Amino acid sequence: MDIQLKRGLLDVCVLAAIRNKDSYGYQIIKDMKPYLELSESTLYTILKRLETQALLTVRSVEHEGRLRKYYHITAAGISRIEEFKTDWNEIVSIYNFITREENGNE
Amino acid sequence: MNKDGFINELEQKLSGLPAEDIDERLSFYKEMIDDRVEDGMSEEEAVAEIGSVDSVVEQIMSEIPLTKLVKQKVKPKRKLKTWEIVLLAAGSPVWVPLLIAALAVMLALYIVVWALVICVYAVDLTFAACALACIPMAFIYGKDANVAGVLFSIGTGLLLAGLAILFFFASAAFTKAVIRLTGKTILKIKTSFVGKENR
Repeated sequence: MDIQLKRGLLDVCVLAAIRNKDSYGYQIIKDMKPYLELSESTLYTILKRLETQALLTVRSVEHEGRLRKYYHITAAGISRIEEFKTDWNEIVSIYNFITREENGNE
Repeated sequence: MNKDGFINELEQKLSGLPAEDIDERLSFYKEMIDDRVEDGMSEEEAVAEIGSVDSVVEQIMSEIPLTKLVKQKVKPKRKLKTWEIVLLAAGSPVWVPLLIAALAVMLALYIVVWALVICVYAVDLTFAACALACIPMAFIYGKDANVAGVLFSIGTGLLLAGLAILFFFASAAFTKAVIRLTGKTILKIKTSFVGKENR
């Protein structure tokens, strides 16, 4: 897949994984596993990028005598997901245009 | 490999990065291993799922900008003493030109590589231009009713056009190879900045 396209998709996927409930690294990977395989290093980079863009915030919570980082989506993060959905409708209509001739619906 | 082995090796191979970057990455991977263990895996299984230290290091390196690595390397580990500063300043007529020369050599190498690429395309373009030039040549011979001349022009033109097309594919392959090579070289330069200090 095109690298730019994939990057944008992954960002939104991670935001979606923390949309309803704050989550932590391993949980995010587990939640996404049925849909796509995400490596630790990739996730780290995405989380870092989303944090710099203020689409999510991070806090450390004590858990079983160690610290665990929880990620919380911001209002800007939620509107990023909504933006993606609008973009997606546009992509679908472009896709329909691209496959129009193949289907013979001239 | 168990958790401590993985984390220690990672820490060693990342030395040379800014300290806060290392700490953040290490605690991220520690958390990932701990959470897997809590999920019922053994430490060894958890580490195996994360992948080899080298693959992790390589990915981290490809993401960190070269400038950051250089800055970290150049930054003195402790405050310089007065005599060291004096020495640096006094020695500057020697080391500044040397540094500039080294950078100039690297830049020159880079330009040479791309000049080669341009050269290859220029040759290809020449083939194409010559092929086109054969068309008016055929007409000129045609005016004099010189059949051999016309045939010669058409044959040469077709041959040159064929060469141009073949050569174009070769040029494209060459360009791709150059791009791959420069990418690899940059990664090598980056890795040469880290992981040396503990050895």
